[in-house]
Amino acid sequence: MANHTLNRRTFIKVSTAACGGLVIGATWLSSCGQEEKPVDPRGEADGFKEMNAYIKIATNGVVTINAPNPEIGQGVKTALPMLVAEELDMDWDKVIVEQAPLDTDNFFRQVAGGSGSVREAWLPFRKAGASARYLLLAAAAQEWDVPMDDCRTMDGYVYHDGTAQKAHYGELVNTAADIDLPDEVPLKDKANFRLIGTAVKNVDNRKIITGQPLFGLDTKREGMKYAMVVRPPAFGQTLDSYDDSETMSMPGIHKVISFDDKVAVIGDSTWAVKKGRDALQIKWKTNDQLESSEQHTADFKNLINRKSNDPKRKDGQVESAIADADKVLEATYECPFLPHACLEPMNFFAHVKDDHIELNGPVQLPARARTHIADKLEVEEEIIDVHMTRMGGGFGRRLYMDFVEDAAMVSKMTKLPIQVVWTREDDMTAGVYRPAGMYNYKAAIKDDQLMGWHLRSAAINTGNGTRENNFPAGAVPNFQVDYHQLDSDVTIGAWRAPNHNFIAFSEECFLDEVAHELGKDPVDFRLELLASAKDKEDVQVDYDVGRYIGVINRVKQMSGWGLSEKSGVYRGFGAHFSFGTYVAQVAEVAIEDDDIKVKKVYCAVDCGIVVNRSGAETQIEGGIIDGLGHALYGELKIEEGKANITNFDKHRMIRMRECPEVVIDFIDSGFDPQGLGEPGLPPIPAAVGNAIFAATGVRIRKLPFIQHQKELIG
Amino acid sequence: MKEYNIRVNGESHIVEVHEDTPLMWVLRDSLGLVGTKYGCGIAQCGACTVHVDGEAMRSCSMPISSVGDKSIVTIEGLSKEGDHPVQQAWDEADVSQCGYCQAGQIMTAVAFLNKNRTPSDDAIEEAMHGNICRCGTYNRVKKAIKIAADKM
Ligand code: FES
Ligand code: FES
Repeated sequence: MANHTLNRRTFIKVSTAACGGLVIGATWLSSCGQEEKPVDPRGEADGFKEMNAYIKIATNGVVTINAPNPEIGQGVKTALPMLVAEELDMDWDKVIVEQAPLDTDNFFRQVAGGSGSVREAWLPFRKAGASARYLLLAAAAQEWDVPMDDCRTMDGYVYHDGTAQKAHYGELVNTAADIDLPDEVPLKDKANFRLIGTAVKNVDNRKIITGQPLFGLDTKREGMKYAMVVRPPAFGQTLDSYDDSETMSMPGIHKVISFDDKVAVIGDSTWAVKKGRDALQIKWKTNDQLESSEQHTADFKNLINRKSNDPKRKDGQVESAIADADKVLEATYECPFLPHACLEPMNFFAHVKDDHIELNGPVQLPARARTHIADKLEVEEEIIDVHMTRMGGGFGRRLYMDFVEDAAMVSKMTKLPIQVVWTREDDMTAGVYRPAGMYNYKAAIKDDQLMGWHLRSAAINTGNGTRENNFPAGAVPNFQVDYHQLDSDVTIGAWRAPNHNFIAFSEECFLDEVAHELGKDPVDFRLELLASAKDKEDVQVDYDVGRYIGVINRVKQMSGWGLSEKSGVYRGFGAHFSFGTYVAQVAEVAIEDDDIKVKKVYCAVDCGIVVNRSGAETQIEGGIIDGLGHALYGELKIEEGKANITNFDKHRMIRMRECPEVVIDFIDSGFDPQGLGEPGLPPIPAAVGNAIFAATGVRIRKLPFIQHQKELIG
Repeated sequence: MKEYNIRVNGESHIVEVHEDTPLMWVLRDSLGLVGTKYGCGIAQCGACTVHVDGEAMRSCSMPISSVGDKSIVTIEGLSKEGDHPVQQAWDEADVSQCGYCQAGQIMTAVAFLNKNRTPSDDAIEEAMHGNICRCGTYNRVKKAIKIAADKM
């Protein structure tokens, strides 16, 4: 019987397990031809309310694994079900993966952020698979009347070799449903992994390459209307008044409404509402003086020169180290705002009814979306359902609720199912940027040793714009980090590898400056510092010295650092620890046709166990390309309160021609898996900046690199 | 509003839209062919790429009034079974991260490979220059194009 003809399912609760109960046995009955509504496996109607729902096994042996986490392109819809399938001993080719909706009763941490999905899922998801496998083994033993220990599983079957019996999981699921699960179910020994560590393809490949509806913007519903929402064009402005008479006379326009200093146009199609919003006459109010990036820079300077009474970190006495030094190096690094520029612009669907609210779309924090909208609309959370679509990129932007709020408010006010669409211009000008900041470093050198390190920093609207326990913290006896927040009307947010994405550039370039001052090879200099950190047991750092040294040595070896250089090609080094993962990179740069050309990047990674090799490689490579592109070209300035770029004509993104060859090596350290979506990005701007210095003698301290093209070409 | 009869993926469709409506929104909103993606609306990102009489075009910047009787092919119509050699190569090279740009990348690559079966790296880079991938999948895109070139 083919799967697609199955139209009735009953579901049996089979277990609760250590991580809170999780296995469902699903019996797909062969009642072909009868049109019955499928029963929701998590529906209360069948009395299965409190169970977790990772696995469904049909009596025909088909296994469906739920992917509960939001997928932004980081690959969790593939990697997390792999963890379940590994322990279930299921043939991956026969697994169906389904995106689960928000379900806080049955799942935990349905979050895309902090490169934490695989790390956090590592044990519970494997336990889900192992628990189901245990029950199937026990069921087989019971049916065949043999000891359970003599049974084994492989690719969706249970075997008893002694009696030459074999059954697929589906044949056992009904018996398994009545078996109790012990408190502890053994997990596989890592040495026996057969799926984890292999290269598995993106589970949505087929839908993506055939153009099936998958993303938020692809949402269609009966009676759905489109809406665009106009926000104040400058940060610090509010709505004064608007005239919608022209808009309302246009075809396909239903309504114009206003809420929270915004004006929304609702209509039959995206283009109709786009034309309608362009025809609005809106007056905005400006109370304060509008901000500018120029003014921010001046304010940063004042702030970093202000004495800090509350250092983020203080080891030893940095001021005396500076006073005693033979030489003090000082350099100021400047970080521009960046928009997220997810290729799928922000959008969301909401249908707000009195007794039920449907939220559907690309959101990295679905649970927060529910609480946020419940608050905003003053309703009970229980009436809100949240469904996550695949996201055309997240990078931190979809952690915020502005676009969710737009959809919910417009739907509430119009009582219609509403798809809110942001234009690229809306997306790029609405804020939530990578915060701009300034990082001033002083290095105190005495007797050819780095004795003091003082970072004084300031950034926009960020509680802490530094990462004070980063290397070289722990390796320098007198070490201090000061930070000041600059308050601003410009909204900021997490941008892929928050703080790390710039601070790695400034730290790793300044370390290079110090190495050059000392006449030391920059890589050897770092290894020397790390060795000294190892000796200091009393200092607290976030990183493990041995693993840090491990990636540096590996990339040294991969790139042949210090050995013969290719003519016209210059090398730079950068390393960084973030989200549990150690990354070291060497960039090879040439100046060709009056342009900076990054030819090749070597990258060593220690993220612990690699779950999906294909996904891991593409995350690291993507991080490198993305980080490189933004370091080369990315900059958003505020002028008279507004973003100076609105679309990809002015916001230059890296393109294929500018991409280096990337060589990646994962260190087989055997530790539990750590982050991969973000850690590949932070080191690359420094590796390139240091290579540019090697090539030209010009030290770039302000991103993006493209701004300095003239100086480099001379 | 005006009526237009357009030919998409081998079928005729009558749509009633404003004459300056970009083909992209006609495909997405009127015909429900959402495989063609919106990324910028100003011919800068390539997410909306479709074939117009076999040429890769930015459907966001092509008003419906200029379509006439030209034959439009979208990602949905590239192959019946989703098995065009370029689609297969995209799967084989496991190109997609978020996947949002990939329909546009594929449509650009197909039109290019139809003209150049033995492309150099330079030619690939030139052809693909108009397609942005925020996730940074470019090297795998290039690899997939080479795999497809061998198969076509
Ligand atoms: S949407 Fe057409 S090129 Fe970007
Ligand atoms: S795969 Fe995400 S934009 Fe290309």
